[in-house]
Amino acid sequence: MILFIAKRAAQAVLVMLVVALIAFALFRYVGDPINNMVGQDTTFEQRQELRQTLGLNDPFFVQFARFVGHAVQGDFGQSYQLRQPVSELIAQRFPATFELSMVSALMALVIGIPMGVYTALNRKSISSRLFMTLSLVGISLPTFLIGILLILFFGVILRWLPTFGRGEVVQIGWWSTGLLTKSGLESLIMPAITLAIFQMTLIVRLVRAEMLEVLRTDYVKFARARGLKPRTVNFTIALKNTLVPVMTIIGLQVGSIIAFAIITESVFQWPGMGLLFIQAIHQVDIPIMAAYLMLIALIFVIINLIVDILYVVVDPRLRVSGK
Amino acid sequence: MSEVEGVVEGETIGVWGRMVQSDLWYSFTHSPLAMISALFALVFILACLFAGFVAPHDPFNLASVSLFDSLLPPAWQDGGNISYLLGTDDQGRDVFSTILYGGRISLLVGFLSVAFAAVLGIAVGLVAGYAGGITDAIFMRIADIQLSFPAILIALLIDGVFRGLLPRGLHDEVAVYVLVLSIGLSFWVQYARTVRSSVMIERTKEYVQAGQVIGLPPGTILFRHILPNVLGPVLVIATIQLALAIITEATLSFLGVGVPPTQPSLGTLIRIGNDYLFSGEWWITIFPGIALVLLVLSINLLGDWLRDALNPKLR
Repeated sequence: MILFIAKRAAQAVLVMLVVALIAFALFRYVGDPINNMVGQDTTFEQRQELRQTLGLNDPFFVQFARFVGHAVQGDFGQSYQLRQPVSELIAQRFPATFELSMVSALMALVIGIPMGVYTALNRKSISSRLFMTLSLVGISLPTFLIGILLILFFGVILRWLPTFGRGEVVQIGWWSTGLLTKSGLESLIMPAITLAIFQMTLIVRLVRAEMLEVLRTDYVKFARARGLKPRTVNFTIALKNTLVPVMTIIGLQVGSIIAFAIITESVFQWPGMGLLFIQAIHQVDIPIMAAYLMLIALIFVIINLIVDILYVVVDPRLRVSGK
Repeated sequence: MSEVEGVVEGETIGVWGRMVQSDLWYSFTHSPLAMISALFALVFILACLFAGFVAPHDPFNLASVSLFDSLLPPAWQDGGNISYLLGTDDQGRDVFSTILYGGRISLLVGFLSVAFAAVLGIAVGLVAGYAGGITDAIFMRIADIQLSFPAILIALLIDGVFRGLLPRGLHDEVAVYVLVLSIGLSFWVQYARTVRSSVMIERTKEYVQAGQVIGLPPGTILFRHILPNVLGPVLVIATIQLALAIITEATLSFLGVGVPPTQPSLGTLIRIGNDYLFSGEWWITIFPGIALVLLVLSINLLGDWLRDALNPKLR
């Protein structure tokens, strides 16, 4: 067990190092960092001096080690365009993305799991066929189009909800939250739904597939044969076993929610990390790109690790074969 | 079954006859949804391919575009003009024609990137599955790492890198190929994993051993004998990924990192129209959006049908 976790943790560190290498290569070789830092009228000698003081003439591995050393402390240098430390920029934007992602993940779970269970239990009914067709439509609808449609109906035609930004936010220490004001909550509704729909369709289809699989197993048949109530069989026995694999996928989905947040934030001009990243790509602002890449990789790796460990905790069979 | 009948009735039956008698064809003609989707996808693809003949206007010929005709609503609304069926955009371009020309770019990027991903993924899968050992371990670790990040993020990143490496003007010219490369590189993993696992099963079969015994080179065994036997699942993945690739391209173009506005794809059209949403000109963005969704939905439905048809367990 401990060996397994240690092995996974070592793998996670390796992944982070590979990502750091990519981020470093980006920073160092895409465009000249010096040209991006100084103005037009800097002389060649001044540039060379800056190059020397920044250590850009050092061997590759010395530079890489320094980069990793700084990154571990959360220092990613200055943004080329905004002339602010990247870590500050990201810290300002992080709460917006986090609140948006968590609210929509919750929405997707609360609606998606019951819908998946329902469609699995009533496989032949008309309403579950309708749900399944709708979920295929949901998968075919690109995220940005959902956002545009919502804006058109609720923002432009009905004028019920604000169409961009976060509304009023309340500062709690360095964290800014939009969950405590009316305009903040109103602004959150459409982006959260946009982000949730794609995840929800995935969860519905996944829960349904897993549930159907479990309903076919011998232990469920046996439970039925023993004359247990359908309720007990379906919800206590079948659902419990369904949720183990579903949990893994949902853990991974949290990562993809953050990735899809880029699109949602762009549609609604939501001032989060995704918007910062997409603007950085437009302007080839490498330090922001590198930092965002590292942060996303870190989030993914941590989630993966937690899911792996949870899996072993929940499923006793893995404890034996995991050695 | 079909093979046997084909032989019994002699050579006159041909490829077409064998196709009509196949299980796949039977399942196709008995699934209305699959037939409707296939028909729609085919009509759409042909219309885009021959956009020069089908489209009522040439939206990229500056001589035929007039700013006086800009922002016209669809033909059935007040102020609409019957020659511009779905209205015009801010530059007076016919929306219906731009959809066809835009669809061409979307389809081009979709097909090319799926082909690129498939070739790369199949090659890696074949080699990894056949060679095993260290080669296998290295490729699969890379695949694992890449699989834990969403494809769209990887495509965005690759595109961003090219943006930094290439000078501005050059980037616009090669934007389509940069997109193909970035989407292709983010999609190869599924093929590699599927092909690898099939190859590992096929490798132990007698026909492969026979090939090894008579001294065929590994390349011949892999590509002439194993490859045809593992293509079934690849076809399913390719269909579903075509839909995904088209969505990814549209998303990247919508975010402004895809094809340049001079060569708009469906995603670029939606992005352009998005600016006019608030002033009430909804048709500029909604019609390309509908076209995109219908195209993707029809491909997805086909993929769904194909997966069920090729999976004997579900019969």
